[in-house]
Amino acid sequence: MTHSTASTNPQIRNLIERAQRWRAQIGDTLHDRVVSAVFADAAAIAQRTVKRSGKPRSDWERRIDSLLTSRLWGFPIMLALLTVVFWVTIQGANVPSEMIATALFWLQDQLEALFNLLHAPWWLTGFLVHGVYRGLAWVVSVMLPPMAIFFPCFTLLEDLGYLPRVAFNMDRLFKRVGAHGKQALTMSMGFGCNAAGVIACRIIDSPRERLIAILTNNFVPCNGRWPTLILMATMFVGAAFPAHLASIAAASSLVAVTLFGICMTLLVSAFLSRTVLKGVASSFALELPPYRPPQVLRVLYTSIIDRTLLVLWRAVVMAAPCGGLAWILGNVHIGSASLMQHLASFLNPVGHAIGLDGVILLAYIVAIPANEIVVPTILMAYLNAGMMTEIDSMTELKNLLVNEHGWTLLTAVCLMLFSLLHNPCSTTLITIYQETKSKKWTAVAALLPLAIAFAVCFIVAQTARLLGWA
Amino acid sequence: MESCACGAPVSCGTKQGLIRLGIDLSHFDYVVAIAGNPNTGKSTVFNALTGLKQHTGNWPGKTVARMEGMFAHHGKRFKLVDLPGTYSLLSMTVDEEVARDFLLFGQPDTTVIVVDATNLERNLNLVLQVLEITDRAVVCLNLMDEAQRRGITIDDRELARELGVPVVPTVARRREGLDRLVEAIAGVATGAIRTNPRRLPCDPQTQAALDELVPLLENAVPGLPNARWVAMRLLDGDERVIEALENGELAQLVRPRNSATTRIEGVVSA
Repeated sequence: MTHSTASTNPQIRNLIERAQRWRAQIGDTLHDRVVSAVFADAAAIAQRTVKRSGKPRSDWERRIDSLLTSRLWGFPIMLALLTVVFWVTIQGANVPSEMIATALFWLQDQLEALFNLLHAPWWLTGFLVHGVYRGLAWVVSVMLPPMAIFFPCFTLLEDLGYLPRVAFNMDRLFKRVGAHGKQALTMSMGFGCNAAGVIACRIIDSPRERLIAILTNNFVPCNGRWPTLILMATMFVGAAFPAHLASIAAASSLVAVTLFGICMTLLVSAFLSRTVLKGVASSFALELPPYRPPQVLRVLYTSIIDRTLLVLWRAVVMAAPCGGLAWILGNVHIGSASLMQHLASFLNPVGHAIGLDGVILLAYIVAIPANEIVVPTILMAYLNAGMMTEIDSMTELKNLLVNEHGWTLLTAVCLMLFSLLHNPCSTTLITIYQETKSKKWTAVAALLPLAIAFAVCFIVAQTARLLGWA
Repeated sequence: MESCACGAPVSCGTKQGLIRLGIDLSHFDYVVAIAGNPNTGKSTVFNALTGLKQHTGNWPGKTVARMEGMFAHHGKRFKLVDLPGTYSLLSMTVDEEVARDFLLFGQPDTTVIVVDATNLERNLNLVLQVLEITDRAVVCLNLMDEAQRRGITIDDRELARELGVPVVPTVARRREGLDRLVEAIAGVATGAIRTNPRRLPCDPQTQAALDELVPLLENAVPGLPNARWVAMRLLDGDERVIEALENGELAQLVRPRNSATTRIEGVVSA
């Protein structure tokens, strides 16, 4: 027998052997019989002790649930809600963005005047005012308004109890690709923060399915990446349409990017579960929690304090030194070109091949600690590239990108795709290491998305150029 | 056992009520486990009893690890262990294993099974499974307000008769019924309340197997409190239980409880 060393006690050996003999007689059905006995007994007791009067469970809840999770309407409703949230964000953010920008750049002029009054050396004024302050001003005016609208909307949906319904709809898809249905929940959490999404993967019991969920969590955009996506959608995609369609076009492009991210999640999950992480999806019970009236004040509080300000603070903390660094890189010259130009032109061929440019790639390298600062870094790099132009409105910002640096719709689309697909930020990677305790899987979590991002952007850019679209 | 050593009176005269002790886990007289389906308000009951503010949320799987806290009642200190929410103890997920191992190896003096009154039938599945493992249980019939709103009435006395353990209706969010719950917990832990838990009916063949195995088991591991359940697991080929039997883990359960509990906790949380 197999259990030769396990027990020296003859009584216990005898016991186990007898149990095994009985087991052979009874067969494998004992487990099922116990389960059905439990169910039958529970039903009988409930029948004797529970009385229902009036309507069973509020009718409207059931009706809403069957609509939100219906095969026919579940996904269209999901898309519609997402589109509305994006549309509200884009529509609402324009005006405050301009206002904040105007105010902050007015302050910049005053600061500059003050520095001149104090006879500060040019490099100090340059570093602090044109570098650090201007960087911060852009971050705040570009990122704050959309976040202050988007995050409360998203939290509201969460608070209503809509996310578990999303998970319910997605469950079928995840099962089909051999992943766990709960991955829909961890993915939803990834929309907030990928590091939080990775930690949430603990709710998945099977190690195989948990690993799939961890490795693919990155394919949904997090708080740090929404501002980049929203900015690109508004500034380039929306602008490519007539004015009255601009907002809805921009919102639709964001929905498309989100859907593409979900598709990549499913595709990569399917790939993993068919190759290195083979296995069958395990089943689980998902309870749809009751709808609760959202606590609007609490939603505002958590989404403004916990999300908006946190993300903004991370961006500011990272952007301030980064702004200074960008100014130095832009103003220290080796030969005829600045350091920035050297670095950017070194990365340019690679960037160009995937529809971006050297500066954008450089920004992604600088932004490894936090995705929030991709756009700020790009802006600071461009603003400090030795030009004397003063940029103080959104229109001028766009002019700078398009006229001075040759951005096109293709650049914006590739930037959105790259932002969606590239490697997770270092915080998320550290979390992945803590959760998996494996250097190998952490490396996979970093390199797999990066490779996919390069491949997808390369295909998009080359196809667009081949067809003469860009 | 503790109750013998201190000779706890059947009913205490002094009215000392509930003292919440938070995470002060130094020295305790009794261990109380809290089990239940997800989303039944287990964490709310836990917080209400201990005065802790463990995060509660409308999100299945919020409680990933075990939480512990303390309260005192009539001079006795109770350690409360909040187990992960599970629908059953018979399948093999991590949550269920943590809950089941604690019930079996942690040997709580009382297990509170928090039950959603709006959905009794499904919740009873878990209650019946817990009662197969332990005699000492209290059913906390929570969310009574929501049940009332939906026009559901539950005959809790009849339910207590059927299950053979105390049943206490509560609205934990508003702290209703918690005094009675604490009384019941203490009563079962001290032995003042005698329980006679319902056991699942069993077919003749399985019964014959049990009739043979249970005495053998009680011989091999004298004093084992839930020999019938362990025998069932053996018949089901449960590797974890076979292993615990072979390496003597099961036998050590019978030693004085306090030391056993500390040791077992290492096993469970590992």
